[in-house]
Amino acid sequence: MRPAFSVLFLTTLIGAGQGLLIALVCGQLFLVVGTGDASLSGGFYAMGSLLALVLLALGLLASFFHLANPTRAWRAATQWRTSWLSREVIALPAVMGMAVLYGGLHALGWDGALMHFANGKSLDLTMAVGFVTVLACLALFLCTGMIYACVKFIREWHSVWTVINYTLMGLASGFVLAAAYAASLGAVVTGLYAGTALVLIVLALAGRAVSLWRNARLKPLATLKGAIGAPHQNIRQVTQGFNGKSFNTKEFFHGKSPETVRMLTTFFLACGFAAPFVLVALGMGSAAVLWLAVMVQYVGLLAERWVFFAQGNHVQNLYYQRKA
Amino acid sequence: MANEKQLALVIDLNVCVGCHACVTSCKEWNTSGWAGPLPDQDAYGADPNGVFFNRVQTFECGTFPNTETVHFPKSCLHCEDPPCVPVCPTGASYKRESDGIVLVDYDKCIGCKYCSWNCPYGAREFDEVTGVMKKCTLCVDRITDETLPPDRRKPACVLACPPGARLFGDIKDPESEVSKAIRDNGGYQLMPEAGTNPANHYLPRRKTPSVVHEDQLQRADNPLSREAEPPKFGGPTIDDASQW
Repeated sequence: MRPAFSVLFLTTLIGAGQGLLIALVCGQLFLVVGTGDASLSGGFYAMGSLLALVLLALGLLASFFHLANPTRAWRAATQWRTSWLSREVIALPAVMGMAVLYGGLHALGWDGALMHFANGKSLDLTMAVGFVTVLACLALFLCTGMIYACVKFIREWHSVWTVINYTLMGLASGFVLAAAYAASLGAVVTGLYAGTALVLIVLALAGRAVSLWRNARLKPLATLKGAIGAPHQNIRQVTQGFNGKSFNTKEFFHGKSPETVRMLTTFFLACGFAAPFVLVALGMGSAAVLWLAVMVQYVGLLAERWVFFAQGNHVQNLYYQRKA
Repeated sequence: MANEKQLALVIDLNVCVGCHACVTSCKEWNTSGWAGPLPDQDAYGADPNGVFFNRVQTFECGTFPNTETVHFPKSCLHCEDPPCVPVCPTGASYKRESDGIVLVDYDKCIGCKYCSWNCPYGAREFDEVTGVMKKCTLCVDRITDETLPPDRRKPACVLACPPGARLFGDIKDPESEVSKAIRDNGGYQLMPEAGTNPANHYLPRRKTPSVVHEDQLQRADNPLSREAEPPKFGGPTIDDASQW
């Protein structure tokens, strides 16, 4: 498949935004249930939510560049009963709305206790809204992953690992970003975020490695025998019927050499996983190193998403093998 | 989605000669009709690119010298379980309940191209000029046009096909021409493993055997002498006898 940069930016930016929101709520929960007296100001969560909101909004903006008729984009919310794409169109603004609500409540300090527990702890309004925010983020991860995982004619994508990897990579980038953000403000949760980020980077790398391993061993869904229905074992295309280009020869082929894909695979494994792991592990607490990790990881994940698209080999390509 | 009526094409690969008349007549009819335009970019330049609803491809089957050439016209198959329809986020892609034709509502399409990812046959072609997805409509504007004589209410490709390789009709009607053709000639669907249940069917290549016996290779009445010197006659011929 041809990697569309609009979609590369959309999926990586909203993944980081969702991961950051989940990290913020995890940090709040960690401090609430913890035994210490440490706490963070509402401003910390509000600013963090704003940062996540900016990422989500940039992703949404990028998605509009994927549409040929963006003025009709509102229609894309109508078919949520059958289409994962439609569900994502609903879930993304929902997550943005939750980010506004969560950050806004923290900023305004509207944090009344909803429930009191026997151990003296309480469920505050912001915490409850935070839980709903996490659920919305997870739902969006599911929708984004399923858009690709439900395309059964691209075998490389048609797997549960697509959903798992989108989620894990989004969480990993979100927690690295949260660690950099917390370190800049000297917040007590920096260590929590950095430590969790290390675990998530390893998990995401493992998940991506499984999908790379799976892709290398895929059997094709169909062969030319079934594609044209000729009862022969040995079929070759003489011509696809035209010498120029068509949508079918542009959208479904990335046009780069296998070496480029291999090189970028190595690049994203190094830049999207290994380098940020080393930077977060060695630079714990140093805001500058953590921000460097954020940037290196983002570039690496963009390359990862490019490879994800380029490795998708659509069944229709059987019909477009030779010009003449 | 079980329609009572399902219009479809039946394409006889044993008859198709690969002349592309269906391709050009389709483009001609549809670019100026209801489903149009089918724009081309750089049509006369070095790097042309254009929208077609129908393509004729050519394949070589078997191993030399036992090969055969198969000309293979490919357009939307109007699947009975069209995977392109439920994935559309706007509902622009739909299957008509009245006759099973899969269509795109150009006024609702946002041009996200997601339907094309979900078609295993590459039947949909995106129009970059108007920014909507386009595809074969079975010439829905022709076949429903009651101002045309009944025998002309057929898709442009069917009417154009010089050897008559393309049949059009309702595959749910067991007495229709297409149903009989599928039944009698081993009509099959493309890529059944895709689970799309295509409405369009293809009729396979058929062998037409002719047995040649040894004695047929030698003409028993072959007057080999005809090529040689004419026989010399010593005596008077019948001509001599008549020319007195």
